[in-house]
Amino acid sequence: MLEVSHLSKDYGPFHAVQDISFSARAGEVLGFLGPNGAGKTTTMRLITGYLPPTAGEVKVDGIPVRTQPLAAKRKIGYLPELPPIYPELTVDEYLRFVGRLRRLPSRGLSTAVEDACRRTALTDVRHRVVGHLSKGYRQRVGIAQAILHDPPLLILDEPTAGLDPRQILETRQLIRELAGNHTVIISTHILSEAATTCERVVIINRGALVAVDTPENLTHRLKQTDTLEIQVRGPQLDVSAALSKIDGVLKVEFSHVQKEIGTWTVEARAVAVREQIARRVVENGWGLVELKPVELSLEEIFLSLTGAAAAAPASAPSQELPA
Amino acid sequence: MSGVIAIIRKEWKTYFITPAAYVVLALFAFISAFFFYSMLAVFVVQSLGGGGEFGGGSLNVNAQVLQPLMFDIGITLLFLLPMITMRLYAEEMRGGTMELLKTSPIRRMDIILGKFIGAFGLLVIMLIITAAYIGVIAHYGAPDLRAAGAGLLGLALLGGAFLAIGLLISSFTRNQIVAGVITFTLFLLLWVADWVSAYGNGAVSHSIAYLSVTSHLQNFTQGIIDAKDVVFYLSLIVAGLFLTARRMELAE
Repeated sequence: MLEVSHLSKDYGPFHAVQDISFSARAGEVLGFLGPNGAGKTTTMRLITGYLPPTAGEVKVDGIPVRTQPLAAKRKIGYLPELPPIYPELTVDEYLRFVGRLRRLPSRGLSTAVEDACRRTALTDVRHRVVGHLSKGYRQRVGIAQAILHDPPLLILDEPTAGLDPRQILETRQLIRELAGNHTVIISTHILSEAATTCERVVIINRGALVAVDTPENLTHRLKQTDTLEIQVRGPQLDVSAALSKIDGVLKVEFSHVQKEIGTWTVEARAVAVREQIARRVVENGWGLVELKPVELSLEEIFLSLTGAAAAAPASAPSQELPA
Repeated sequence: MSGVIAIIRKEWKTYFITPAAYVVLALFAFISAFFFYSMLAVFVVQSLGGGGEFGGGSLNVNAQVLQPLMFDIGITLLFLLPMITMRLYAEEMRGGTMELLKTSPIRRMDIILGKFIGAFGLLVIMLIITAAYIGVIAHYGAPDLRAAGAGLLGLALLGGAFLAIGLLISSFTRNQIVAGVITFTLFLLLWVADWVSAYGNGAVSHSIAYLSVTSHLQNFTQGIIDAKDVVFYLSLIVAGLFLTARRMELAE
């Protein structure tokens, strides 16, 4: 659906985007992840044809944006970072204008506007002036204009920025609904958003591609071992010693005690070690309160990939035992 | 073409939703009416005293009312049109709507033409108001309607050139005040450029004097439609629109 190959954009000596390549399948939700200023917006502007690239090519449904801009743009719905609204028009007037810009036939225009309003829950405010609407509504007007012509490719630049938690949930729900019939690319610097809404994430930093993968694969790639958090009611030193003796356990760290229940972080070579741990604790007559795998959060993946800082373990004061 | 029409409709909608168009048109009607009334009043006084011993000379409604009226309306346009053009680009850039326009399946020139024709529509309303004054004279007297028509054509071309230049200047800055001031100053310079012919006679002075929008308007108000005047204004319009397109391209 979307093919981005070796895309670069320079502003004088500054490389805003350097040699980015990735693709998106039809119906896929692709997250575009990076810290502020990483080049997310610039990349989206290159894809939508707002900016011409210095080098590289973007193809939408096989149509090159550079050489056939009109045909390609017809297939794209784009929500820029700032919803592109005319504050003095009503929602209805605004969407009709956008429909005419996108060459919707005048007969289909009313239906398209109605449909877009319904999907973005704007029907109640359809005849109100956009400038008088709240931020959340304006954002929805922005999404409504993007989906108005039912484009196969939707590009949403930070669609949930500045919304309240309820609106964020509604917007995510809407994106999931759209996903089936559209390829959706959303940019965000909020990692949990990418983890909850996207099938794959593209991580960029300082204008360069860092990784393209599913959130799960990224976790696996960075994590060769199985990390567990265990809570046991029992004598601290004995438990530590017993855990360390289990075959396959690489590292045992005691973290803290609360109400006689100690918490340990255990790093094991394989998932099967979990059963051994459970058995050993029970055999010793201690109480196994909790045993849970620690997933690398997208934050940690992100930090380790972008090299901003090493992925820090979640433990507080720790005490490493000799194995 | 449908893209141009969509932009024109949007421009007109925003003109007439906000007070901008009403204020500009009302002020134009007020000022031009004052000019017209004053000149007509002076003319009437002169014609009443025409037979007196100090009077005499010829009385000509074309030369004494219509021609100066055309120039005064030209000056009014010089003041008012920057207020229309200064927001044309600045507002789209500031509101982020340029991103919507440029990612829509329309050409760059569609946006420029839509904005230009939309603003030209306001100018046409101003000229219709002007035509009403000519109608008043025609009702009571016998002005040279051909000259009046040529004068209106001249004003339309002059206004079109102003709009194209104003559009170009507005594409250089997001700041409306800056765009407005630069546009107004440039219009004023173009208006008085023929002053150099009063003290210079070289090729440079001739070239500068040629740029004067006033001297080219002169022929129109006298009923002479000269191809070289028409070409002058049309080339300003085409250059303004073309350079705006180039400017948009380079800004990317």
